[in-house]
Parts: sequence; structure tokens; C-alpha cells
Amino acid sequence: MLKYLEGSHGVSQVVAMCRPNVISAYPITPQTHIVEDLARLVGEGKLDAEFINVESEFSAASVVLGASAAGARAYTTTTSQGLLLMNEVIYCIAGMRLPIVLTCANRAISAPLNIWNDQQDSMTVRDAGWIQLHAEDNQEAADLHMQAFRIAEQTFLPVMVCMDGFILTHAFEPVDIPEQKEVDAFLPPFKPQNIVDPRWPRGIGLYADPRFYMEVRYILHRALEKSEMVIKQVSEDFARTFGRQSGGLLKTYKIEDADLVIITMGSVAGTIKDLIDQLETEGKKVGLLQICSYRPFPRKEVYRVLKDKMNLLVIEKSISLGRGGILGSDVRWSFPRTEKKDRKISCFVSGLGGRNISINDLRSAVEMVEKEPVELEFLGLNPDIIAERDL
Amino acid sequence: MINVNSEDLNRVEKKDLFASGHRACGGCGQALAARLVADAAGENTIACVATGCLEIFSSPYPDPNWRIPFLHSLFENVSAVASGVDAAYKALKKGPVNIIAQGGDGSTADIGFQSISGMFERGHNVLQICYDNEAYMNTGVQRSSFTPFGAKTTTTPMGNTTRKKNLPIIAADHGIPYVATATVDDFRDLQRKVKTALLINGPKYLHILAPCPLGWGHTGDLTVAICRLAKATGLFPVFEIINGKVTNVQKIQEKKPVEEYLRLQGRYKHLFKKGVPVKAVAEIQEIANQNIERFNL
Repeated sequence: MLKYLEGSHGVSQVVAMCRPNVISAYPITPQTHIVEDLARLVGEGKLDAEFINVESEFSAASVVLGASAAGARAYTTTTSQGLLLMNEVIYCIAGMRLPIVLTCANRAISAPLNIWNDQQDSMTVRDAGWIQLHAEDNQEAADLHMQAFRIAEQTFLPVMVCMDGFILTHAFEPVDIPEQKEVDAFLPPFKPQNIVDPRWPRGIGLYADPRFYMEVRYILHRALEKSEMVIKQVSEDFARTFGRQSGGLLKTYKIEDADLVIITMGSVAGTIKDLIDQLETEGKKVGLLQICSYRPFPRKEVYRVLKDKMNLLVIEKSISLGRGGILGSDVRWSFPRTEKKDRKISCFVSGLGGRNISINDLRSAVEMVEKEPVELEFLGLNPDIIAERDL
Repeated sequence: MINVNSEDLNRVEKKDLFASGHRACGGCGQALAARLVADAAGENTIACVATGCLEIFSSPYPDPNWRIPFLHSLFENVSAVASGVDAAYKALKKGPVNIIAQGGDGSTADIGFQSISGMFERGHNVLQICYDNEAYMNTGVQRSSFTPFGAKTTTTPMGNTTRKKNLPIIAADHGIPYVATATVDDFRDLQRKVKTALLINGPKYLHILAPCPLGWGHTGDLTVAICRLAKATGLFPVFEIINGKVTNVQKIQEKKPVEEYLRLQGRYKHLFKKGVPVKAVAEIQEIANQNIERFNL
């Protein structure tokens, strides 16, 4: 049923329909509306789950770790500093192959303190062994959670659903909320494999010495790579069931005969598509490649789509300080070394700490790249704020 | 009310649920305590373990020595992990099951303190056990907030200048129904406390003095004798706190001076210059005297 909802509530309602057994979270802006709504649903008896209020994100992640290891479908949500505080547990959850689902309401990282949107938080845990899916709008954010539980429980990999803080979490949009029976048909009950249970005593979380550690990490890496297929299949099955495209590895827009392709993740794709339509009327052929699955990074799919595209422009909301764009690096790595083509990849770090990315900002980036490709630019940087002595 | 004199509670259990074949040092107080705890708790138990000596000597892949389910993830989160197991059992309508969260004094008193406080305050049905060997033994004998005054560790080479954090009292002040202390020399008392705790629904805390021959600088055969001296001097009071009330305090039969306890251990060697006690020994005696007065030992 189509409902006019805040992004957070689209997520909380679909998460509730996924019937998690244990929910644990610690409040942090802009994630709060998701947990508040889930707490209400549990409190009112509309969701049969244990809701555990904890004293930190570190414990929230640890509670869902313990719950998942005991056979529960477990869910948590956080952002920014909260995700960083969870970091140690985040790695552990993946290493222990616990199919937990986490919503990251993407937000900037301190210092300076900033509660607004960018994607630095989920980027900092990109190497942890989680599947990371990025939503473009509130419909996709809601849909991805249904897919996330299925992907996680099929692959025994944790899944992080990333949605831009405020831009999506606090924005009202019509969202098609499914019927409970549709969700039940799409998402079968969780069948855990290795759990702590006195009936079958086993050790979970043993330590591995140098004879075994590397193999465990190799298997985890291969599992992430193999999960590409599952992400794709689940998205296709979702499209068949619900009649709309959500998730998958990547999406494209007007890319076929584009001379320039913009590559991005998350909600800014909407503005970019508007720009592409504008430019089209001006006779310019620009396309969009939108990464939905950032981890695993669909290298082969990206290559397949961009093989003949020589001019690429990456818009990304995070930075590896001292190195440059992170998504840009992933895109560069997608092309085989043997390929001798003279491909230009321009990287724009954009929208850090909630800086608005306007259609005109994006237009200026396109115009800049049309003249000459750039290595790294900060889109919309205000030079008036930067003194000579700061540099 | 629990009948603490019942036959079941006072029977010493030997089930080998924490089996032989682990890799602890000879005379390790923690290994002995972990075995007593597992055997007292029985088969219907999930052992959540913090990173540390116990985890390292009992759970190398592929041959852990636990015969009950074992769950380990990190150093500072064992109480939150156990909370999650408790929540899962409630949500899945499974159980009842004994859930024990256990670790050393580093994970309990220091890095995991917040997580324990949270578990107590939320009221999970979890028994939290601290194997207190008074320093970070797994990393090579560094000071923790349970390191007693005067004790030498690798990070307090001149002797520790602060007193031990009093976690049993802090735990009791969370309003949890059961807190107890015990030592590894008294099997019956230790196991009775584990069994008593597990009869109570809600969070419980058991603090066990577990000597570490390596870190304390004594031979492995002295573990039991040292525990007895810790009690006879008043340095380690043994009691229970049931619903906030201190009870079943173990009375000292024959009081011993702290010197007798200190002289057995290498970590206090620097407190005796050519055999003569330095001033710090008097302060340690004062700590013992205060314990005797406070708990009416």
C-alpha cells in the first residue's frame, strides 16, 4: 500500500515485517526515528521481538552478535560515530559469519562534529567483510531491508543497508509498504546453522593461529565475491514479486550512447538524473552508473558497463585523507591492467558534512571535465573560508 | 528464599565439562575456577567468554576443551554478548538455560566495565563471573584496576600506588539480586555460590580470587595456600550480598598478618628490604584491617 512516510519509518515498518527476533540499538542522529518506531511497535505488541536498550553502540552490536549466535534474526541501526564505536564488533560479526542486518543512516565523522550527511562512516568499515548496499530513495531503502535479510541468511554474511542521513531518513516520500503475507512469502524464516545450544555443544569464536587464520579470511573474501550472484538473484526475485526494480549490483541511466558517465552512490543519483535530462535537451550525452552494492564491489559488471566509456566522472561523499577519492579508486581498479585505453577518470569529493550538492554544482563538474579531466576536486568548496595560512 | 544448606547446593560436582587438555600454566587459579564453575553449572549452560587467558588456553581452533557451548567474540563485550544470548532465548521462547559471562579482571573491572554495568542495569538473566588474578596476565602481567596496593607488575615496576576497585559492592549497588565472592581453594563454597546464583532469575555477579603463579611470583603448588592466606589476613573478604544485604560472611578462624601472605609472592618482594618490611606493608595491613572491620570478618 502506498503511504506518505518519512524515510526512517519506511525502513522501520519493513524491518518490523521482516520479523526480527532481537533488536538492539543506541540512539544517534539521524538514525533515531528508526529505533523509536521499532521500540513503539515492540512496546505496543505489534512486533513480537526483544528490544534491548543498551548503553552504547558497542554493546548494541555485541547484543545482536550474541543474539545471532544463539539463533535469532537480529537487527541494529546506527551511523557516524556510532558505527566507528562498533568497528571492532563489526569486523567480528563478519568473521563469525553472523547474518545480521544493520541500517547505516550515513553521516559525517568528527572532527569537527557534524551531524549531517556524507558517506565517510560506512566507507571506514568497507573492508570489514560486510555486504554494503546503498539506497537511492526511500522506496529503495525500505525494499533493501527485505532483500538484506534474505541475502544475509543465504550467504551467512552481515548486510549493511546505507541510506543518506536526513536526505532520506527525514524526507517524506510516498513509499509502497508491502503486506505482511507478501514479506513472509519473500523472506522465509531464518534457519541458523552454527548456534550456541546446550543440546549440541560447540565452540563459536575460537581463535585461529597462523596455520588457520589466513584460510578463514580467504574463505570470507570468497564468500563476499560469491555473494554478488545472490545480491543479483534476490533483486531479480524482488522485481518479479513486487514489480519494481530495487537493489542489485548497479543501475544505469541513459548510459548507452553517453560520451561522459557519472558514477555515484546513494541519494545524489536523483539530482544527477535531472541534470542528465537537462543536458540532453542541450545536446549533451551524459549517462549515470549508480553503484548499489559497494561491497562486494561489482568489478566485472562495472567493467562490462564502462568498457567503451573513455570519460568518467565520480561523485563521492567520502575521502581517504592523504590519498583522495575512495569510490574513484574502486572504479579505477575495475579496468584490467592489460587494457591500453586512454581512459580519463575524474574524481569529485562532494557534499561532505551535509554540504548541499546542487544541480548547478554538478553541472560545473561536468563542464570542468569536458574541458580537461581532473585528478581530484572538492565540489562546491568555498575558498573564502580558507585562509592562506591554513594551507 | 534459597536453602543454602540443601544437599544439592553443597555437593561438590565433578563432570569434566571444562575438560583436561587445555593449555593453562601449572597451578593456574583461573583454570581451576573455570572447571569448578562449569561443573557446578552443568550441561545446560552456555559459556560466554571474554578475550584473555581463559579464552586463549581453552579455545584454540581446532581443539577447545569445553564440553558445553562456548561463545567468544571480543575482550570488552562479553556481558553484552551474553545479553544478546539471553534476549535470543527469550525471543525464540527457548530455554531455560544458564548463561554465564566470564572473564578476567581486565575485561571485568576495566575495559568491559561499561558493558557489565549495562547488563546488570537491564536485568538480563546472566551470571557474570570475574576470575580475579589482579593484573593483565595474558599480555604479560600489566596493572589493572584490580591490582592491589604495593603489587609489582610490568607497568607498575615500583609497586602499584592505588587500591583495588571494589566491584562486588559496585555490582550490588546496581540493585542486582545476588553478588558473592569466593576463592579457588574452597570447592564446595565456590560451587554452592554458582548453583545458588543460577537458581535466581536476573543478573548475578560472582567474584573469584584466582591466583596466577606466573604473575604473582609463586610456585604452582601454593595456589590453594595463598587463597587461604588471602582470606585469613582479611585481604580478600568472602561473603554474599543477597538483595542488597551482606550475608554469609566467612569468619576468620585464625587471623594472620599480611606479611605472611606477601612474603610468599614475588610481586611483593620489593616490600622487604633485606628481609625487613618497608612502610607499604603497614598500609597493606591497614587495608586488611579495614576489610575485617567493614565486613566483620
